[in-house]
Amino acid sequence: MRYLPLSDTDRGDMLARIGVDTIDDLFADVPEKARLNELLDLPRRAGELQVERQLSTLAAKNVAAGSVPFFVGAGAYKHHVPATVDHLIQRSEFLTSYTPYQPEITQGTLQYLFEFQTQVARLTGMDVANASMYDGSTGTGEAVLMAHRVTRRNKAVLSGGLHPQYRDVVEDISGMADDTVVSLRADPTGTEDILAQIDDDTSCVVVQSPSFYGQLIDLKPIAEKAHAHGALLIAVFTEVVSLGLIEPPGAQGADIVVGEGQSIGNGLNFGGPYVGLFATNQKFIRQMPGRLCGETVDAEGRRGFVLTLSTREQHIRREKATSNICTNSGLCSLAFTIHMSLLGGAGLKKLARINHANAVKLKKDLSAVPGVEVLNTAYFNEFTVRLPKPAHDVVEALAEKGILGGVPVSRLVPGDASLENLLVVASTEVNTDEDRAAFASALKEVLA
Amino acid sequence: MSMNTQGRPTAPGEAETSYRPKTFTGNRGLDMEEPLIFEFGHFDTMGVDLDEPQDFAPELGQHARVAELELPGLAEPEAMRHYVRLSRNNYAIDSGLYPLGSCTMKHNPRLNEKMARLPGFGDIHPLQPLSTVQGAVELIDELARWLMVSTGTSAVAMSPKAGAHGELCGMMAIKAAHKAAGRDPKMVLVPESAHGTNPATAALLGYKVVSIDAKDDGTVDLASVKATLAEHAGNVAAIMLTNPNTCGLFEREIIEIADAVHAADAYFYCDGANFNAIVGKARPGDLGVDAMHINLHKTFSTPHGGGGPGSGPVVLSERLAPFAPLPFIRKTDDGPVLVETEADTLEGEQPFGRMTAFHGQMGMFVRALAYMMSHGSDGLKQASEDAVLNANYVRVGLQDLMSLPFGERPCMHEVLFDDSFLKDTGVTTLDFAKAMIDEGYHPMTMYFPLVVHGAMLIEPTESESRAALDLFIATMRDLVMSAQRKETDRFSGAPYLAPRRRLDETAAARKPVLKWTPPAPAEVTPAAAE
Repeated sequence: MRYLPLSDTDRGDMLARIGVDTIDDLFADVPEKARLNELLDLPRRAGELQVERQLSTLAAKNVAAGSVPFFVGAGAYKHHVPATVDHLIQRSEFLTSYTPYQPEITQGTLQYLFEFQTQVARLTGMDVANASMYDGSTGTGEAVLMAHRVTRRNKAVLSGGLHPQYRDVVEDISGMADDTVVSLRADPTGTEDILAQIDDDTSCVVVQSPSFYGQLIDLKPIAEKAHAHGALLIAVFTEVVSLGLIEPPGAQGADIVVGEGQSIGNGLNFGGPYVGLFATNQKFIRQMPGRLCGETVDAEGRRGFVLTLSTREQHIRREKATSNICTNSGLCSLAFTIHMSLLGGAGLKKLARINHANAVKLKKDLSAVPGVEVLNTAYFNEFTVRLPKPAHDVVEALAEKGILGGVPVSRLVPGDASLENLLVVASTEVNTDEDRAAFASALKEVLA
Repeated sequence: MSMNTQGRPTAPGEAETSYRPKTFTGNRGLDMEEPLIFEFGHFDTMGVDLDEPQDFAPELGQHARVAELELPGLAEPEAMRHYVRLSRNNYAIDSGLYPLGSCTMKHNPRLNEKMARLPGFGDIHPLQPLSTVQGAVELIDELARWLMVSTGTSAVAMSPKAGAHGELCGMMAIKAAHKAAGRDPKMVLVPESAHGTNPATAALLGYKVVSIDAKDDGTVDLASVKATLAEHAGNVAAIMLTNPNTCGLFEREIIEIADAVHAADAYFYCDGANFNAIVGKARPGDLGVDAMHINLHKTFSTPHGGGGPGSGPVVLSERLAPFAPLPFIRKTDDGPVLVETEADTLEGEQPFGRMTAFHGQMGMFVRALAYMMSHGSDGLKQASEDAVLNANYVRVGLQDLMSLPFGERPCMHEVLFDDSFLKDTGVTTLDFAKAMIDEGYHPMTMYFPLVVHGAMLIEPTESESRAALDLFIATMRDLVMSAQRKETDRFSGAPYLAPRRRLDETAAARKPVLKWTPPAPAEVTPAAAE
């Protein structure tokens, strides 16, 4: 087996050195009735070529985003990632290193984490960011639990513009922990009255902008009302590129900002691995979940970085930890950091303008299709359209024509007749004029 | 043109060979000091070429950004050099033996990276029509099959994002199962030797954590389990056990423990962090396990990436299978179907909810399946055997000099020493570990498990050759003898030869600096103003 350096001679010599006759003598503690005496009922070993053939066959059954006009978003976005990013994250020293528990020989990881935390803090307009969460949805669950610790209350109010699967994650962990969740009904246009839901029992209000439906939301009045009642505002985003063009949640009074960072540096990967961004204000740092990298000095006075405030974490604090998270999204946060370093603020703004411009053009093209109504007034690179028939059928028909034309809301929120004809469409820098024209004309045919 | 080396001797000159120049740059040859991007990047620099969009009127409403966006940019060569230089300050499996016990730092095959990057896997969207991703659903189903067969279980929840997330998933399934049966037990039993994630997970779900005792031989005390179950009869939801345990030992009475737990209407959650020791040798399902997460980044070689991403599928017994979270795969005559919402469930399917958006760590699934297929049933068994063989080889190579807390008995894939061999040397476990760095080794896991004083947990993995183990053993022996000769300088100041000397973690925690801020402008002193 190509990954195993020991030869049979080595094995024999080593068993002799250990003082046992057979390898099974080392497994003597395994109860006899549970010992496997035969091989598992699985195929035998396979060479590289053979594995590559089999997996390539499976991969070829899927339609890659880059091979068709592609307008699917709703929490994950197709962006161009510079070649440099994927090269650097495959450096052995980054790829095959563990969590930086020995800082003297992991300054590479620690320094980029410090850069990552600084980038995320500046991007969101917050004081501090952690070293990443698994993704935006689990990060949102953690944000709610953190708000409960800070406020010592246990009721979360979720906006109807929150990504439905993020909502599910929060509801399910809250249900298990016996916390209360008030979820507002689906709100494609951002017109819900969330202020009316905030009272003195509220721990936090969770609002996504741009919303799942693409609508931009003014967070300021929500932050004000929340603060007046001693509650926190948790601001969520799924498209981090939007922060290049829209006012950051930190400048609108958010107490915790959590979002999906996949768009920067990370591919679609059918939903994972992604990278959760998590930022808050200085006064709450000891209630934060996840790892934090901090600056310090070494024995010779040179600057260096370490994981810090670990007394919040499970390996020290055990059942009193702020979270059970251990492994996070290290390498995905590196991809984010490198891509963001290549963009800089100027590049991110430009990328955001291109995304917005393409969405504006797409809105114009789709609005011209008979029977299509765009629901959003203010949006970034994504919006919701109402179709004259069920969006699910339309999307399937478009796929048959070789166009991936968005996400039917009913796929995530089934059983609500008022949402059945709604389609969420996204446009990023990868879309060309030809892509848009093909989408609009195919949609016209499908709806005809 | 070739270089003329005539008259250019490469031998050193007259200088003292021990002389170490204090360099102008702070660099030491290949060992580079690298600033933060914020210290040398510029706000108007870009390492990407993008065209300014033309002819459009923004539709951002009143939401346009007015706040500053002070993120420095780097040109591509600057970015390349910066991150390559940073990378060189990291230890990695690819560059050396990485014996972190419980973390399983084995070789990460590059075939896996190549496969995960096939556009048909890496460039597909989680919400594009299912008709366009059937190959992805089949891949998940195929990996699920390999995981179920190798664990002897009947269901697997694929979506958890890492081991701790898998623990949460398994415990949520257990809580849901109790609820469905009209029970509401409040306690979870956890041995002291457990990973910190176990009690943290139980507490997250509102359970009271009850500690159970270990015997003198390092395994869980069956009598203590039975007594605790009896004392809290009807109020125990589950036991969370690691097997092989964190002392590197197989729990000999595991079946009896499982039986006792089941007889008390409780479930057996197994922390699968150490599954790599027994793949192909024993199946957790045959040991009475109800739920176990599998760290694909440990047992099945997906790279640790400096702290993630991981992936933590949870295998479930028949009793827990109905409660597996969304999404899950249903077998049909037309092939595997992805079930994403409660509305799509059939009778008997009672998902407790959802752990995460989308479908889990697909990128890790591809890598893990490539690894499992490469090994096959024979290779997986061989890998477990080699991992155990290597650990025992290290054990016998060191047991006369270092101290085994539980006597000279075989271990599984990792060997645990305590610090009694350092008694009266003035050298601590931490000092000893830092001295290993100077020898070119990543230290073993230290001070874990908590049940052993000054614990040192060594896991060499199956990826090491005999020659590599021989050198490691010889190095460790040299360090032990040096410590026992009280050559304390070698330890107390170590490491001397790493990119950094020991770092002040106390100062870092006392006044946390968690991001870069521009240095305050230098005060204009009267002297400077003149």
